[in-house]
Amino acid sequence: MSARDLVFASIRASLGVTGQEAPRKKVVADRLAGHPAGVVPERARLPLQEKVALFAKMVAAAAGTCDVVARADDVPGAVGSFLRRNNLPLAIRRGDDARLSQLPWSREPMIEISTGPSDGRQLVSVSHAAAGVAETGTLVLVSGKDNPTTLNFLPDNHIVVLDTADLAGDLETVFARLRGTFGEGVLPRVVNMITGPSRSADIEQTLILGAHGPRRLHVIIVDHS
Amino acid sequence: MNAFSTSPQFKDNARAALADRELQSALKFVEVNFIARRQEVADKLPEFDALRDSARDIKNHTLANLDLYLEAWEKRVVAQGGKVHYAVTAEDARKIVLDLCRKLGARTVTKGKSMIGEEIAINEYLEANGITPVETDLGEYIIQLRHELPSHIIAPAVHLTKAQVEADFRRVHTHLDANRDLTEPTTMLAEARGVLRDRFLAADVGITGANFLVAETGSSVIVTNEGNGDLTQTLPKAHIVLASIEKLVPTLEDLAQVLRVLARSATGQEMSVYTTVSTGPRREDDPDGPGEYHVVVLDNGRSAMLGGEFRDMLRCIRCGACMNHCPVYHAVGGHAYGWVYPGPMGAVLTPSLIGLDKAGNLPNASTFCGRCEEVCPVHIPLPKLMRHWREREFERHLSPATVRGGLAFWGFFAKRPRLYGLATSVAMRVLAWFGRGRGRFAHLPLAGGWTRYRDFPSPQGATFQSQWKARQR
Repeated sequence: MSARDLVFASIRASLGVTGQEAPRKKVVADRLAGHPAGVVPERARLPLQEKVALFAKMVAAAAGTCDVVARADDVPGAVGSFLRRNNLPLAIRRGDDARLSQLPWSREPMIEISTGPSDGRQLVSVSHAAAGVAETGTLVLVSGKDNPTTLNFLPDNHIVVLDTADLAGDLETVFARLRGTFGEGVLPRVVNMITGPSRSADIEQTLILGAHGPRRLHVIIVDHS
Repeated sequence: MNAFSTSPQFKDNARAALADRELQSALKFVEVNFIARRQEVADKLPEFDALRDSARDIKNHTLANLDLYLEAWEKRVVAQGGKVHYAVTAEDARKIVLDLCRKLGARTVTKGKSMIGEEIAINEYLEANGITPVETDLGEYIIQLRHELPSHIIAPAVHLTKAQVEADFRRVHTHLDANRDLTEPTTMLAEARGVLRDRFLAADVGITGANFLVAETGSSVIVTNEGNGDLTQTLPKAHIVLASIEKLVPTLEDLAQVLRVLARSATGQEMSVYTTVSTGPRREDDPDGPGEYHVVVLDNGRSAMLGGEFRDMLRCIRCGACMNHCPVYHAVGGHAYGWVYPGPMGAVLTPSLIGLDKAGNLPNASTFCGRCEEVCPVHIPLPKLMRHWREREFERHLSPATVRGGLAFWGFFAKRPRLYGLATSVAMRVLAWFGRGRGRFAHLPLAGGWTRYRDFPSPQGATFQSQWKARQR
């Protein structure tokens, strides 16, 4: 018997099943297809304005920072002011995501922009979130042709643009939207849920920001309302 | 063979731990920090207890249908271009990993934190076969430098003081200025970040654990705060996931439920910094990510646990709340338990994985105060399960003759209530008379195990039973 057969045989012997029982198969198939929601906290069942406020509050609680701009066209300016505020070089790396490449970067002519994944030499990256979760102040980023994963982890400063149209109250809403985008049972290679900048408390439980990932996480919220 | 164990010497380990000043000074943080932080976030979420029930039900449902969910998960992994490898034993798992590394021509391997990695002692094995494993979680990195096992499942270096870590960094990072200031955790973290950054970029293979496997999508999920797990799995040419069969949850919705109780129970965070859902290798037009994605699924005795009274233990999501709230863990730390999994969850799991003959002491190292069960996010009845082990130990004649003799002696009286009442009331009176001067005993025949460390108080009045009777009237 192969290792696989041995493991399955042992599981089935312990459960006293054959794996061919129609009722069990139906229960499992129904759950996978129906993916029923469990307990969803009330906390984030809020009108949009309050949801944005809760999101920003939770990001701050996780040691991230937020700026709110009224239009996508204001994002380059917000990026520029973040860089200047933190005495960072005026250079960013981003993916080819259209939501970023179509922004009027000419308004910040001093910022040097490069595109593609990070090789560890970039200080600042800019990504576009697929979604935000107000419940916990979590950003959801998905990998893909125009959204390199390395940008989320290697640079010291990570700026993430979030459109309030993509801000959900809870995780379940985000998972349902991902299913809508990518199909039932299908996900992109990586879904990164990010809540604040990298940290460690491994030495005497002293919490320190900037372990292996970004030391700063800055969210630029584009709030159309 | 599993990782090396000193569990049989638990009593000696515990004695040494109690006398270890550095350990005791490090351990005092556990009780203060973890308990308060968990309570604070639990209080902030009115649905927390309902979520714990939900998490328990999800795990129970998954375990009852584990064969079917495992099949469904495997199908999705393969459909997305990943590979699944089954390992019956720890030995099998090690060989699979080594084989994969060799095929990939790997010389160095970075590692995210993985308790399965510890269980199968993968580092020692890779090293013995010419491949250099580098732990990248700060705590794991520190204990790798010291050649130690983790002393806590989510805070592996919780037994160390910053002075000890400083000494280790100075001993190992000899390429850095000997006069550098390393007195604060901040500078130590910055140093580790610098050293490990190069390792991340140079690694051929990245090995991570998995907090969960999602059947619906064929994904593995890791939950970290440092971001090391993500760098480990993103940069090298292949990502190997070490998982065990009980990590499965059915759907993404189920994942949302268990995530809500995991971080809160573990570190007292609303959500850990990085929760990463990985599905298969780099896609055709992805600009980065590993070219290969392998999952090693370990059984190592778990499928057998499914059939018996220890099935409940397979719900464990490895948050560490039980040890954070355990008075025995607070006193002796994790290393005294002698193997990979310490605290109450270790006391139940370890005998299943390495044998009751080796780990019989662990389920005895409990006062049954019940705090572990009270805080467990999936309601594992840990005291009850420890009691099952004690019963088995007795049945299998594994407990020492003195214990068995003592129990038989006590049992003789316990089965004869009148005789019991008579004997105890006589004994109480005799003890009270002898102890009437000091009110306590420094020495007592047959009670040397007690009086060696503390005085035995002399009885102050009638027995509980006679007092009870008197009150009933």
